Amino acid sequence: MASLLDIRRRIRAVDNIKQVTKAMEMVAAAKLRKAQERVVAARPYARGLEEMLHRLSSQGAGLDHPLLRRREVKRRAYVVVTGDRGLCGSYNANMIRRAAAALEGSEVEATLVAVGRKGRDFFRRRGFDLLAEFLRIGEEPTFQQAREISGVLAHLYEAGTVDEVRIIYTEFISALSQRPVEKVLLPIGIQGGGEEAEEYIYEPSAERVLAHLVPQFLDVQVYHALLEAKASEHGARMTAMGNATDNAAEMIEDLTLEFNRVRQASITKEILEIVSGAEALK
Amino acid sequence: MAEAFEFQVITPERVVISMETSSLVVPGAEGYLGFLPDHAPMVVLLKPGVVKYKVGSEYRRMAVTGGFMEMANNKAVILADAAELAEEIDVMRARRALERARERLASRQEGIDFARARAALERAVARIRAAGEER
Repeated sequence: MASLLDIRRRIRAVDNIKQVTKAMEMVAAAKLRKAQERVVAARPYARGLEEMLHRLSSQGAGLDHPLLRRREVKRRAYVVVTGDRGLCGSYNANMIRRAAAALEGSEVEATLVAVGRKGRDFFRRRGFDLLAEFLRIGEEPTFQQAREISGVLAHLYEAGTVDEVRIIYTEFISALSQRPVEKVLLPIGIQGGGEEAEEYIYEPSAERVLAHLVPQFLDVQVYHALLEAKASEHGARMTAMGNATDNAAEMIEDLTLEFNRVRQASITKEILEIVSGAEALK
Repeated sequence: MAEAFEFQVITPERVVISMETSSLVVPGAEGYLGFLPDHAPMVVLLKPGVVKYKVGSEYRRMAVTGGFMEMANNKAVILADAAELAEEIDVMRARRALERARERLASRQEGIDFARARAALERAVARIRAAGEER
């Protein structure tokens, strides 16, 4: 049986861990709130841009842009969004599993673009060729970062390196539940606008507006994915650390019980010894 | 005839401004354009520059770094990559950025992305102008 001292030492160690996980949980909760605010703050811009693109595409027939052009898919790139850090439950593992399944199940040649260190490391260890990698997205993804990524993706598509780009990221539903999603980024699909809107004047021309609008639309989609993924990561970390804290508390309870039992046993033993000693002297 | 129209400036990161104005001037890709209430529906491509909007009897300024503007039904929405109100602008920083961009353009070395340096220059100029330092 473990000695009293050993048990006390273990209780103290578990308690230290509990304090750390508790702190991480609280930090993740604060960051999650911020990340959610950013998701909400990004919505008006995304909606405005989307409406503009719909209107433009429903109005002018024959609008053309390299990123809108569909072609037969021979090579496909998957953009996998993971975190840079661990200790967030199954968040990264889920993403990687989903991506690996997509790669294996792909009916055409598939390649990878990694966003986040965890995904990069995993696929590099497995000997996959990465078309590009983006690390250190940080706690607050910026539009500029999204633009860097989408710039590379647009280039891959326009150069003909790949014929389709899909993104795999985690959509934030709640702190307890996040869902992996897979979306086609390129070619950009626009649903033709329904009702015929008013005639717009385009300055300087519809073509030039479109030429700027299309890449911007891609930027926004990547930005949205980064924000959702970041909120999910914080949510997953918060939940994981919450569980770890609960587990630690439970362990402390068990250890305390054992501690008391051992202490009681040793007291009983001592009393027995004294009593039997006194008995022997009679 | 309406007296004023809605005016919003939205960036990917936030809604910078949402208010009513009676007159608006924006930096179109091929020159500044003015808008008054009841303007015809229009979409404008913007370059980095100064947006002026009338509050009461005076114009206020803000810097935008390119984007789009849509005018329809007495509502003007600017979707800008980035936007700063005149009072938010750090003029010293903008001046430093301007110097850097000028140096890079002047150095004429191989491997310099001229388009990027030019864009940086335009942004810096827009911010300094918006802050009202150089008219």
